[in-house]
Amino acid sequence: MPAVSKGDGMRGLAVFISDIRNCKSKEAEIKRINKELANIRSKFKGDKALDGYSKKKYVCKLLFIFLLGHDIDFGHMEAVNLLSSNKYTEKQIGYLFISVLVNSNSELIRLINNAIKNDLASRNPTFMCLALHCIANVGSREMGEAFAADIPRILVAGDSMDSVKQSAALCLLRLYKASPDLVPMGEWTARVVHLLNDQHMGVVTAAVSLITCLCKKNPDDFKTCISLAVSRLSRIVSSASTDLQDYTYYFVPAPWLSVKLLRLLQCYPPPEDAAVKGRLVECLETVLNKAQEPPKSKKVQHSNAKNAILFETISLIIHYDSEPNLLVRACNQLGQFLQHRETNLRYLALESMCTLASSEFSHEAVKTHIDTVINALKTERDVSVRQRAADLLYAMCDRSNAKQIVSEMLRYLETADYAIREEIVLKVAILAEKYAVDYSWYVDTILNLIRIAGDYVSEEVWYRVLQIVTNRDDVQGYAAKTVFEALQAPACHENMVKVGGYILGEFGNLIAGDPRSSPPVQFSLLHSKFHLCSVATRALLLSTYIKFINLFPETKATIQGVLRAGSQLRNADVELQQRAVEYLTLSSVASTDVLATVLEEMPPFPERESSILAKLKRKKGPGAGSALDDGRRDPSSNDINGGVEPTPSNVSTPSPSADLLGLRAAPPPAAPPVPASAGNLLVDVFDGPAAQPSLGPTPEEAFLSELEPPAPESPMALLADPAPAADPGPEDIGPPIPEADELLNKFVCKNNGVLFENQLLQIGVKSEFRQNLGRMYLFYGNKTSVQFQNFSPNVVHPGDLQTQLAVQTKRVAAQVDGGAQVQQVLNIECLRDFLTPPLLSVRFRYGGAPQSLTLKLPVTINKFFQPTEMAAQDFFQRWKQLSLPQQEAQKIFKANHPMDAEVTKAKLLGFGSALLDNVDPNPENFVGAGIIQTKALQVGCLLRLEPNAQAQMYRLTLRTSKEPVSRHLCELLAQQF
Amino acid sequence: MIKFFLMVNKQGQTRLSKYYEHVDINKRTLLETEVIKSCLSRSNEQCSFIEYKDFKLIYRQYAALFIVVGVNDTENEMAIYEFIHNFVEVLDEYFSRVSELDVSFFNTVFHSTWQTQSSPSQ
Repeated sequence: MPAVSKGDGMRGLAVFISDIRNCKSKEAEIKRINKELANIRSKFKGDKALDGYSKKKYVCKLLFIFLLGHDIDFGHMEAVNLLSSNKYTEKQIGYLFISVLVNSNSELIRLINNAIKNDLASRNPTFMCLALHCIANVGSREMGEAFAADIPRILVAGDSMDSVKQSAALCLLRLYKASPDLVPMGEWTARVVHLLNDQHMGVVTAAVSLITCLCKKNPDDFKTCISLAVSRLSRIVSSASTDLQDYTYYFVPAPWLSVKLLRLLQCYPPPEDAAVKGRLVECLETVLNKAQEPPKSKKVQHSNAKNAILFETISLIIHYDSEPNLLVRACNQLGQFLQHRETNLRYLALESMCTLASSEFSHEAVKTHIDTVINALKTERDVSVRQRAADLLYAMCDRSNAKQIVSEMLRYLETADYAIREEIVLKVAILAEKYAVDYSWYVDTILNLIRIAGDYVSEEVWYRVLQIVTNRDDVQGYAAKTVFEALQAPACHENMVKVGGYILGEFGNLIAGDPRSSPPVQFSLLHSKFHLCSVATRALLLSTYIKFINLFPETKATIQGVLRAGSQLRNADVELQQRAVEYLTLSSVASTDVLATVLEEMPPFPERESSILAKLKRKKGPGAGSALDDGRRDPSSNDINGGVEPTPSNVSTPSPSADLLGLRAAPPPAAPPVPASAGNLLVDVFDGPAAQPSLGPTPEEAFLSELEPPAPESPMALLADPAPAADPGPEDIGPPIPEADELLNKFVCKNNGVLFENQLLQIGVKSEFRQNLGRMYLFYGNKTSVQFQNFSPNVVHPGDLQTQLAVQTKRVAAQVDGGAQVQQVLNIECLRDFLTPPLLSVRFRYGGAPQSLTLKLPVTINKFFQPTEMAAQDFFQRWKQLSLPQQEAQKIFKANHPMDAEVTKAKLLGFGSALLDNVDPNPENFVGAGIIQTKALQVGCLLRLEPNAQAQMYRLTLRTSKEPVSRHLCELLAQQF
Repeated sequence: MIKFFLMVNKQGQTRLSKYYEHVDINKRTLLETEVIKSCLSRSNEQCSFIEYKDFKLIYRQYAALFIVVGVNDTENEMAIYEFIHNFVEVLDEYFSRVSELDVSFFNTVFHSTWQTQSSPSQ
């Protein structure tokens, strides 16, 4: 490229620049600039026509002044004139000026477009390139409208020069990214793919970038690129280090092109053609082999370039996730990097290994590096590397190493950066529960968690430990003892007080035998924390006290004294006052028997147990225990306004768990006294306070609305309620967008990804499900530079869904700044089987115009699948048991995607069922089993998928104990292949 | 995918910036300040990749000048890291021993060098 360099004659410019540099003060600089501006203005206005050289020089000065941060309000016309010059340097400065200073002055745009058109048609490659660069640099919609149709033609024209093709490809890429709708697809797409075969490496590089972007939208149109990319890659990888001349970088042939080709291949599943696949695997092996060879150069550039290719190769291997041999080799290679002296390599190795850990083929191989990773967590000086190490530990954790990993993460938590503590806390809590073999370890872990990082322990975490302790009587005594010890610390976190209060209130009697933790000691220990706590915690402690009166009659006098104190009875907080009054009266009016019934130990939390086990426990326990579960939702016994006598439901259920169990959740079978219309009545409850007054509550509605826990009692309710209250009725939201079903289908077998994207907004989803519970994070990204106002995403349950699925949303900020992202958390509970997904309605104002969008939330019934392993004979036995015609759903359909056994396997696992080997006599067939967990019932599912490769067809058979579920699952799954 | 490219000196003055996604001018200043701050706070022992909001920064330091590239998470960090060096080598060739002064004096040249050079990697 001819360049404008120092000596290029523009002495005036050089002098001007050095004048500016020599200015001693800002004022002097401004003075010098103003002088120059006046000079240029007079020259431009002068009678004498300027020659090209002077114009160029002055435009250059203007550009320099602009780049220094001063406004330029003239000279555009002269710059546009330069465009029609025949001298390269003049044209170039003209283009540079309008690329930097373009504005939407309509008059000028027309002239500029005209000049560009002339250059594009000029057949002078340099001029064509300048014009293409300008279009790409401006990249506006107007440019797209004017030229998008011409560029593909230039790109595939047989007589275009290499450099023009290269620029045209990149220019098209830019326009396509800015406004995809303007780039017409057509027969040129097929010819673009063949650019991968081009002689000129620059053209290939540009073409790969373009194809990678285009094929994401239309994968089928560009399918042929796979074999071309593989053969190109193979030629590069196997070439000697000097074959590619200019494109060899420190003895590495075309490193960036290789990386791009490997990335392009990641847009597709593994090649179907055996020959192509063989060639590709050979390439990948070569790259892995080369990593072991001695380096051809000692320079760091050489190894960096080589490693860039290596990392991309490993990404591709992980993407295919089908070559156990390669996966293990990749893992070993990364293992070597874990101890490399370059921090960059350690970081990247940890990052890649994290994805390797989730592949079944390489999980074990990754685990062998546990000591190195733990060491990295302890000794790395760079926080981002430590964080990667923590991520990797989480990913490689399983039952065999959980204890070690959890204890290391806890230790790390003490020194971890504040920004990542909450994440680590959640990870520890999840791992501890998932892999707990003995629950005392679990309790220890969570209490440690609260001790070390109490502020970062969210409610869900400590609710969960309470649920588990309540449900497992083997750990209750231990929990009481541990929590008692933990509370003795002079300063302990409020969350610890909450957990302690709850556990001692329930199980304090189990440690009362020890004089060191006798009832009075327990009480005074708890009460010593009382005054330092928030209202919510104090309310919880009051419930603990009344439970103490039942557990330990000897504390009655002391506790009544506390309740009677003016600070309680006349507390400014209504909730505390009410509790104090009610509990005081209860303790003095009720007989011991009544007290014992009312303050009965909490029943086990039902949703965590298999129904049989829960039944067994209820049988063993005292008769009253079983009644409580129903009683909690029994409207007639829940009379808060009466206020004299708190009822079992109110007392034995301190706030948080009441909410957790979901008053919003009542499934019909659990509440027989509620009439069939319960669903509708509950809808009213969900509508929340805002909707209530207008309803003119009938007696039943009043009862049910009473079920809503009093606001101050429950911190969670505060968070959870506003969103449903703001919920527009179903008639207010628009129908889901046409693509909603397609978008939903993408998420049937996976939990994370981009749910929706348009010009303004991107919605990302991250979700996890366990048993009948789920948590979903929605990320709303504002892609524009303008703030969204009145931003309100809401979840709406059409039809009967309300009774089938409970979704709690947290409110998000009403403003989303340009380029910013907000996150919304949804807590999901599956109450019973459901067929339609909830709707997500997003509304906001963008630049004054209201926008609304309705999508289907990616929550489908299969998310609540628990995989079940079983032997062949069990499977067949169950299969036979489900032989009623309505229990079976079958579908025969044509394959929409390549029939690859590994991909199918991954999809079925993503769907949620366990895959059973050696069940079906035909090894080609897939057999799966699982249980759908809902709060009300469990549905066992068996499935069988029979691919027929010749006919490109599948037969899918599902048998479940519920007819609609069979049909629905069958529909869902059939669309995935 | 590359989102932006910055050349910033240790005093926090931006010498060259190029954005591949629209960012408001006033937001750019803020972004550039934050970016250079996070680069300056790092030591030699730390890796050259920083997670920043929803993208990654990849940076290299040449004397008092930082070159920072912002990429999204599908980009190959090592490839970009080495690409920065390649860019500097080209400048070095062009100016025969490039320095920060060249960057500020011959801004326009840098623009066009970066344009022609970086295009293939977009």
